[in-house]
Amino acid sequence: MATLPFFAYTLAFLFVPAASVMVGAFQDKRDHATFSNIHLLFQHPYIDAYWGSLRISLVTATLGCIVGLFVAYAAIRDGTPRWIRSVLTTFSGVAANFGGIPLAFAFIATVGPLGVVTTWFRNAGYDTSVRWPQFQLFSERGVELAYLYFQLPLMILVIAPAIDGLKREWREAASNLGAKQWQFWRHVGIPVLMPSFLGAFILLFGNAFAAYATAYSLNQGQNIVPIVIGNYYTGNVLDNPHLAQALAFGMFVVLAAMMLVYIPLQRRAARWAK
Amino acid sequence: MKIHRPRMAPSAVVWLLLAGAYFFLPLYATLDFSLKKNAIGAPCCTLHNYGWVIHNGDFWHTIKISFILALETIVISLLLFVPTIYWVHLKVPKLRPVLAFMALVPFVVPPIVMVVGLLKTFKGTPHWFYAEPWGFLATAYVILAFPYTFFSLDAGFRAIDVHTLTEASQSLGAKWTTTLFKVILPNIRTAALGAAFLTLAVVMGEFTIANLAAFHTFPIFLQYVNESQGFPAGALTLLSFMITWGAMLSLLLVGRKRGARSAVIAGAR
Repeated sequence: MATLPFFAYTLAFLFVPAASVMVGAFQDKRDHATFSNIHLLFQHPYIDAYWGSLRISLVTATLGCIVGLFVAYAAIRDGTPRWIRSVLTTFSGVAANFGGIPLAFAFIATVGPLGVVTTWFRNAGYDTSVRWPQFQLFSERGVELAYLYFQLPLMILVIAPAIDGLKREWREAASNLGAKQWQFWRHVGIPVLMPSFLGAFILLFGNAFAAYATAYSLNQGQNIVPIVIGNYYTGNVLDNPHLAQALAFGMFVVLAAMMLVYIPLQRRAARWAK
Repeated sequence: MKIHRPRMAPSAVVWLLLAGAYFFLPLYATLDFSLKKNAIGAPCCTLHNYGWVIHNGDFWHTIKISFILALETIVISLLLFVPTIYWVHLKVPKLRPVLAFMALVPFVVPPIVMVVGLLKTFKGTPHWFYAEPWGFLATAYVILAFPYTFFSLDAGFRAIDVHTLTEASQSLGAKWTTTLFKVILPNIRTAALGAAFLTLAVVMGEFTIANLAAFHTFPIFLQYVNESQGFPAGALTLLSFMITWGAMLSLLLVGRKRGARSAVIAGAR
């Protein structure tokens, strides 16, 4: 059959390697079955890396979703010129696909210790690293600020069709029936947007959870799971590859759980996207 | 009755200005850095850093590797996915949801997990595969590109009448290969180009797999310069931006139709 090369390829280079991670996570150095790697994941320092990853993912997904929703709505709503919307979606299409090392440098140049914005403030007599907000780029908050540069555009792209789905007639019908603005949002707007919003949240969460390059470039000591895995391979400390496989397996479990929530949400969201 | 044209809501203006500043400032700052001499506070502006990039042998070496890798990935992806998706649309539409589900798997197995599995699975394979970017990296990048390629091509195939085109071609005596290359391919050209540009953007920026598998691609060189020399890194970063933006804007230009840009999650981070 003509689809055979495709299935052979994905089997060899996607499914077999993925399965090997899962098997390897439960093996010791002599390939005997063990739970000790998985057990280690729940110990210091590995559990801290998971908490770090979860924190960064939750913070950037939450902020990305909320701010992205408002920005997308501001660009789409009546009264905003059409060109703003097309500029924003075009830009988002590009920026959502963009990240990693160049993004990290752009933020170093902006809010790093010698960054352009940092210098503006310093020249004005205000040191942002000492006084409020005591901002350090090479820290968890710095990584979060940089992640938002791809999280926000992703949210704008994903939520824009859902906002389009809020039909103008619904609002007119609601106001003809005497509904106030908040009542429209409470009974129509928010319930219609909710599945898309939650789906987008999961997408953004997974996006940040799996990210490696941006955080690596900003702070190689950042305690998040991808960097801990990476250190095993780049730092000549690979005395137990099964621990790296267990760490990767842990990421897989978190992302798979997200996917299980995402698929039904996606189906629900598709209902209004006609 | 006068038609009332609504004005822009004040809150909308505030949100859009904030977003605009957040999106614009890092780009401006990168440009600003790239035009500075290798000293803090030196007067603006110099093209010195761009000269440094152009005269750097490692730059040309690594960007060549990344570019050829991107082309190789695009060719393998199209050879692999076009016949598959064509066949699925023509003969086994029941498999389409299976493929769509498989295109979600890279979300659950992101690059950082994938590279761990690939390094384990292919350890000990011949040198020409395991230690060469054209072997190991290219095969991994085809998997990375799979979701983009699938969604782009799938939208392209849905927009044409596969059955009628195939029957017309066959009743005129064309072979399968002739049908595929002379009839189907020209009709999904836009979708294939879109997939190619997305793949180009992904491969030119991919860092995770290259770093863990110790290959010297363009993003690895960029990170090396970032760590060692701040101002030339500005010029290099701007160049890297332009590659991504060029690829993505070409994608938007060729694929103005809806659906061509349905895939939005990238592998560069």
